[in-house]
Amino acid sequence: MALRLSAPVLSYSLAINGATHAVAAPTATTLLEVLRTHLLLTGTKRGCDQGVCGACTVLADGKPVRACLMLAAACPDREIVTVEGLSPDGALSDLQEAFVAEGAIQCGFCTPGMLLSIVSLLKEQPRATVTEIREAISGNLCRCSGYTKIVEAAGRLTGVVT
Amino acid sequence: MGRPPSPYATSIKYEERDLKVVGSNPTERSDAVEKVTGRARYAADYNLPGQLIGRVLRSPHAHARVISIETSAAEKLAGVKAVVTRDDFPDMAVEHAASGELMVNFRDVTRNVMAREKVFYDGHPVAAVAATSNFIAKQALKLIKVEYEVLPHVIDVVEAMQPDAPILHEDQFTKGIEPASDKPSNIALRMHSKLGDVEEGFKQADVIIEREFNTKPAHQGYIEPQASIAYYTDGGQAEVWTSTQGHFVFRAQIAKLLNMDISKIKVTAAELGGGFGGKNNVYLEPLAVVLSRKSSRPVKMVMTRDEVFRATGPTSGTNVKVKIGANKEGNITAAQAELNYQAGAFAGSSLPLAAITVFTRYDIENVHVTGHDVTSNRPKVAAYRAPGAPMIAFGVESVIDEIAEALEIDPIEIRLRNAAKEGTQTHFGPKLGPIGYIETLEAARAHPHLKEPLGPNQGRGIATGFWFTLGAETSSTLNINEDGTASLIFGTVDVTGGGRAAMGMIVAEELGIPFDKVRTMSGDTSALGFNFMTAGSRGTAAGTTAAVKATRDAIARLCEVAARKWEVEPDQVIWEDGHARPAGANVGDFEPMSIQDVVKQAVWFGGTIAGHAEINVASGGPGFGTHVVDVEVDPETGAVKVLRYTIIQDAGKALFPEFVKGQFHGGAVQGIGMALNEEYIYDSKGVMENPGFLDYRIPVASDVPNINTEIVEVPHPGNPYGVRGIGEVPIIPPLAAISNAIYDAVGIRLRDHPMSPPKVLKGIDEAAAKIAAE
Repeated sequence: MALRLSAPVLSYSLAINGATHAVAAPTATTLLEVLRTHLLLTGTKRGCDQGVCGACTVLADGKPVRACLMLAAACPDREIVTVEGLSPDGALSDLQEAFVAEGAIQCGFCTPGMLLSIVSLLKEQPRATVTEIREAISGNLCRCSGYTKIVEAAGRLTGVVT
Repeated sequence: MGRPPSPYATSIKYEERDLKVVGSNPTERSDAVEKVTGRARYAADYNLPGQLIGRVLRSPHAHARVISIETSAAEKLAGVKAVVTRDDFPDMAVEHAASGELMVNFRDVTRNVMAREKVFYDGHPVAAVAATSNFIAKQALKLIKVEYEVLPHVIDVVEAMQPDAPILHEDQFTKGIEPASDKPSNIALRMHSKLGDVEEGFKQADVIIEREFNTKPAHQGYIEPQASIAYYTDGGQAEVWTSTQGHFVFRAQIAKLLNMDISKIKVTAAELGGGFGGKNNVYLEPLAVVLSRKSSRPVKMVMTRDEVFRATGPTSGTNVKVKIGANKEGNITAAQAELNYQAGAFAGSSLPLAAITVFTRYDIENVHVTGHDVTSNRPKVAAYRAPGAPMIAFGVESVIDEIAEALEIDPIEIRLRNAAKEGTQTHFGPKLGPIGYIETLEAARAHPHLKEPLGPNQGRGIATGFWFTLGAETSSTLNINEDGTASLIFGTVDVTGGGRAAMGMIVAEELGIPFDKVRTMSGDTSALGFNFMTAGSRGTAAGTTAAVKATRDAIARLCEVAARKWEVEPDQVIWEDGHARPAGANVGDFEPMSIQDVVKQAVWFGGTIAGHAEINVASGGPGFGTHVVDVEVDPETGAVKVLRYTIIQDAGKALFPEFVKGQFHGGAVQGIGMALNEEYIYDSKGVMENPGFLDYRIPVASDVPNINTEIVEVPHPGNPYGVRGIGEVPIIPPLAAISNAIYDAVGIRLRDHPMSPPKVLKGIDEAAAKIAAE
């Protein structure tokens, strides 16, 4: 059997949470791997590595993407935002505050991805209805909450009464 | 479970009192901010300098003899630092131990973490490697040559019980049968439980309904895959950071499996990304420790989602037969059940728990329950939130619904007529103490949900659930710090994030200081005495008993300091509203001392103030819940949509009500997923076909409505605040409630789980064909 012990390494820089990071990684390295292993930005979670659970959701140019499906080498021209970028001055954002206040967090493993999907939704549809909120987070699996309190937290910001 | 109640167990009597903190909804949960900023550290977020990456080679066969394992090529690969197989683990004798709600047998645990003579399921570990990168580790796995002799396999529980079924364990003979059998069997255990005389009871019945139900295994589906990092030092000591619901139990199991002293192992429970019972068992931990020992480097191992599905325990698949008889007045005269539960590769399913919960919502004089614990070629089952109960409630609550219909009695009314209450004799031994089952049924009957109109193809279903609350070993330390703040170190893993806050509220309440002056944190195994796992809804229920004991212990020390300062006897000082005060006017005229004043004096008058609990908490209060669900069935596709869902449950006392509701929501939605979609699917070779979230579909936000909740509070007399375990009950009723609602909507009774579109459609078509034939 033919074995490869190393892959060609590419060097590039990524714009993450407003800062520039130099990266040197094998060609097929995913954005998730770079974030978690190379840059130690472990707030972005690996739940399935299959692009299904949404735990690794980050924003690329404002749009939610699965970091486990993105090749990092394809991202140098994009603005990446991870959960670590949501409270840059140390103060929680309104959405983070709403999650805390509504008890929208149990184990917290889906929370970073969930937050980023909702950040994108709030930008696109600031008055999103309950149905629109539910659709927007339907790519983010949560096994603890049954979603009710997450929808309520997002609903606090879109002004819908749930 | 599995151990008789100890006369030395601790319970602190419930006292009704005015509460300042407990029962409020704190917004400053200490874990919540770390979770919304991404700073909370889960096991896979830990890294150690010089760490290797460990990976597992797994069986591609459902059942095979392992003839040989050749690892030399892998060992020679540059970057590979250690390879381990069955030869690196000592064999274990039969020895049982509690591991959460289920029992484990060390002979089997060692075979489950690393196959020995045979592989028993697709995904069973056969070797593991540690290498300098994940890439090299994966390459190394390809160089390991395993020679298998593939054997016939069996997946289904009923098939596994047949006399000609492929046998997993040639040395397994059915326990609990007379005369004993000398023929090996997949039936590991037959059990009985009896009350009264069912034959006589059925004679008194005017209606008897007997039905058979089948359920498929469902996975806990935690979003965080198992992860561990271990470092074995040259001094023969090991340190482990892992995703676990019980780090003390894991420490004991690692020690046992590797022949180490418990004192030489330290385990830290990382922040847990969901468990639901699925993280009650060691999988990676012993492998990581042995790989670290062999390589003298820290070893990090993280499961893929595929490994989580194929090789960690789902719940049992089951075959259940239920027979219930009732008289014209709607009183149940006899109830009988046969429970056939898959254990997976090794004996030890949730059968004993299912046997306890089967009819325990009802006061029935004549009960007979039999059950079989059955091995088959699937991963060893693990606990899953009220393990074993949703499947049995599916059967029993569906049959009760049929009886209500036959007798033309309202489904809530028939449950009220037969409801268990204080003094009800259970068929498995104890009589029930004060419980809130009737209260939940009455609250359901009065709930506005029942007045919502239903349209075409829409229906309403009702079902109820019962689960117990474990006590067990619990240790906590409360340190009163030099500034008068308090730190509670607890050892029951906070699986939800809310338990920490609830325990902090209790400490604040007892001490009479603000909630934000109390910090609660999880202690590693070096910080506290032994703590049993967070299982059986015990985390908060038992944790609060230990927290109260530790806090009252510290308060006694605080009073002692004040007494020494005032030169009075300790019993002449009381603690009230955060101050030491003279117990009465005759003690003397002393200015009350605040907690800050007392700690300043403590340096001279006795030293540092702390309180301790190292106790075996007595079993907690049983919990009961009633669920009401409305569904709409699409007769074209068979898809079932949940329109409305209401949960009413007795929490005993909701310490942190919004969080209790969050537990209700989560449990019910897991139950909805189990009811409508979730199942393990195997191909003809016994290989799992859907080991990923795409094909094993758990509910997403757009699948479910907002869940309504109502908390009933009937205090448990054995908990200082009346707390009952609340985490598990909510997953029990949904299967039956949804099945009953589907019947109400389209007139078909589904008895094969999951109630997925093809099964619903088939049911509708069969019913239509039957009508056409008539």
